[in-house]
Amino acid sequence: MTVSAGWYLTLSAVLFTIGAVGLLVRRNVLVMFMCVELMLNAANLAFVTFARQLDDIGGQSAVFFVLVVAAAEVVVGLGIIVAIFRRRAGATADDLNLLKG
Amino acid sequence: MHSLVDAAVFVPALPLGGFLVLLLAGRRLGDPWAGWLATGATTGGFAAAVVTYAALLSHGEDHRSFTQTLFTWLPAGGLRVNASLLIDPLSVTMALFVTGVGALIHLYSIGYMRGDPDFPKYFLYLNLFAFSMLALVLGDSLLVTFLGWEGVGTCSYLLISFWFERERPPAAGKKAFVTNRVGDFGFLLAMFLVFGSLGTLRYTEVFAHAGQLSRGTVTAITLLLFLGAVGKSAQIPLYIWLPDAMEGPTPVSALIHAATMVTAGVYLMARVSPLLSRAPDTTTTIAVIGVATALIAATIACAQDDIKKVLAYSTISQLGYMFLAVGAGAYAAAVFHMVTHAFFKALLFLGAGSVIHGLHDEQDMKRMGGLRRWMPVTAATFIVGWLAIAGVPPFAGFWSKDAILLNAYDKSPVLWALGLVTALLTAYYMSRQVHLVFFGRERWREADRHDAGGAGAEPHEAPWTMLVALVTLALLSVAGGALNLPFTPKLKVLEHWLHPVFGPTLREVSVGSGLEVGLALGSAAVALLGVALGLAAWRGRVERPALEPEVLRRAWYVDEAVSALVAGPGTEAAEVLADKVDAGTIDGAVNGLAALVRGAGTRLRRVQTGYVRNYALGVACGAVLLLAYAVVRAG
Repeated sequence: MTVSAGWYLTLSAVLFTIGAVGLLVRRNVLVMFMCVELMLNAANLAFVTFARQLDDIGGQSAVFFVLVVAAAEVVVGLGIIVAIFRRRAGATADDLNLLKG
Repeated sequence: MHSLVDAAVFVPALPLGGFLVLLLAGRRLGDPWAGWLATGATTGGFAAAVVTYAALLSHGEDHRSFTQTLFTWLPAGGLRVNASLLIDPLSVTMALFVTGVGALIHLYSIGYMRGDPDFPKYFLYLNLFAFSMLALVLGDSLLVTFLGWEGVGTCSYLLISFWFERERPPAAGKKAFVTNRVGDFGFLLAMFLVFGSLGTLRYTEVFAHAGQLSRGTVTAITLLLFLGAVGKSAQIPLYIWLPDAMEGPTPVSALIHAATMVTAGVYLMARVSPLLSRAPDTTTTIAVIGVATALIAATIACAQDDIKKVLAYSTISQLGYMFLAVGAGAYAAAVFHMVTHAFFKALLFLGAGSVIHGLHDEQDMKRMGGLRRWMPVTAATFIVGWLAIAGVPPFAGFWSKDAILLNAYDKSPVLWALGLVTALLTAYYMSRQVHLVFFGRERWREADRHDAGGAGAEPHEAPWTMLVALVTLALLSVAGGALNLPFTPKLKVLEHWLHPVFGPTLREVSVGSGLEVGLALGSAAVALLGVALGLAAWRGRVERPALEPEVLRRAWYVDEAVSALVAGPGTEAAEVLADKVDAGTIDGAVNGLAALVRGAGTRLRRVQTGYVRNYALGVACGAVLLLAYAVVRAG
């Protein structure tokens, strides 16, 4: 049996939801960061699925852009997280409200 | 081009050059070379005016109007104003006497201002004034005239308050400036009205299309221009600045506040004579205001003690005569009187300056007396000026005043009668002044001299630079009448010369020659009567309270009334405007807007919690909403 596009899309939606919910409910910045990666890759999966379904190379190219952006994001994000760990005991997101208006 | 007529550009250019040189190097030139430079510049202007005059004479009588365009000043859409000169008999006449009398007064000032710490600055202002006045008279459009108009106003302000470290001159300068603003506002409105209805500001074009204007518009334009003239030429009700303007140096009073600037209003009226001839209501107003000013100022002059105040009120009164002539449609007579008045009033002011100089800044006539022995040249020239202004034949003032009275009689015998009373008063107060200053006891000996510098010092005659100006002006005051003698049409040189300008707008005088001679004899008799009265009343007397009632000494309390009006209702109105309208409404709107933004900001800042998850929730909600929107639209 072949796996239809619907399944891939469903998997993508599930992964995205896990990522989004995780981002909202978890307190550890490292875990939140992983959730963001999860969401990005869920989107990548959707892109690839549609590219195959529609026989259009555009979706696959978009994935490369997302990967590049994700890599850049990892550089910046991990840099920030390391900086936080160096200044504080833990990395609980709720302790960080310096930018309060 | 027009060959030598082009020399006209040098008339204003030379004083402007003098001003610029003094601006850059005045301090280095110092006393007296700055004065000689300024005098040279104005004399050069006079020479250029003479060349222009000669060049105009070489053209046919009806071809003596030239426009010399220098550059485009304001190219702004439909408004296109050139910096150009209008050279015609009227403007050249004005330029001749402005530069001529101006040069003499520059020369006089070299002696008068000697030793003043701001000597170069004085001449810098004087040259700037000469340039502005020449721009005023030579400008070919209302706007160029207005440039000069404001320029002379500024110079007048600067020169009245020249001794700004004293108490009164700055106040007097401010008063002159503010009072003149009222008139300038009329001038501006008139310009707007002219441009709005004709689309041009050039005199030649305005006059060519004057027929398109409705009678109401012409009346409004001329009345507004007359308001400007009332301010500049010190007529009722805006004359109050001129007596105060006497706080300036005396040569300034002679140049600006007697001979030239204050006649700018008369010049303006003469310039727009083609409009005035279409507005009979305006001319009647002008005649009435002119004669009323002449009479009232003359009554005040009868009771003043300050030698310069007498001359100031006398100037107002004589300017009233000129406006009477304008109102009667006798523009040539107005210009004639303007010229002769420039001669003898400048002479009288310079003579007064010489007296003040000789007595070490004493201005109270009651503390003078007997000066003819100490200052013979000043006394002799002052007496010439006295006889000229009093209207004693054959001095210049008689002929010009007689021409005005004749035209006034032709317009209305009432105006003539009031003018004649003014002539009597003029002869009277000038005789009083001459007697108090140059004859009688030498009261300056006994008066306790308040200023330490002059204590015990004897009066002295002025230096030669001052005397040259006095003698020249005295000769002109004697012979100035020859410009326009009434006997035969051929002798009316000035009227004939100005005819191409005024031509159709001049009123033809329709009184018989017998009556004309009678009127002339009458005014001569009145002048002599006034002189006799003045001399008889003040012979051997110094104080005559009956002849100097308090109401006249205080100038009919006009200054007090104006002060009360400004201080009472005026201040209240200003306060309402300041507190309610400005602070309440206008500031309130601006401040209210600021408060609104600040309040909104205070509330919105709570959204910015600083917690990442809040922002993430916001992003998620936003994404859900967008998605929902897309789904709903698609579905």
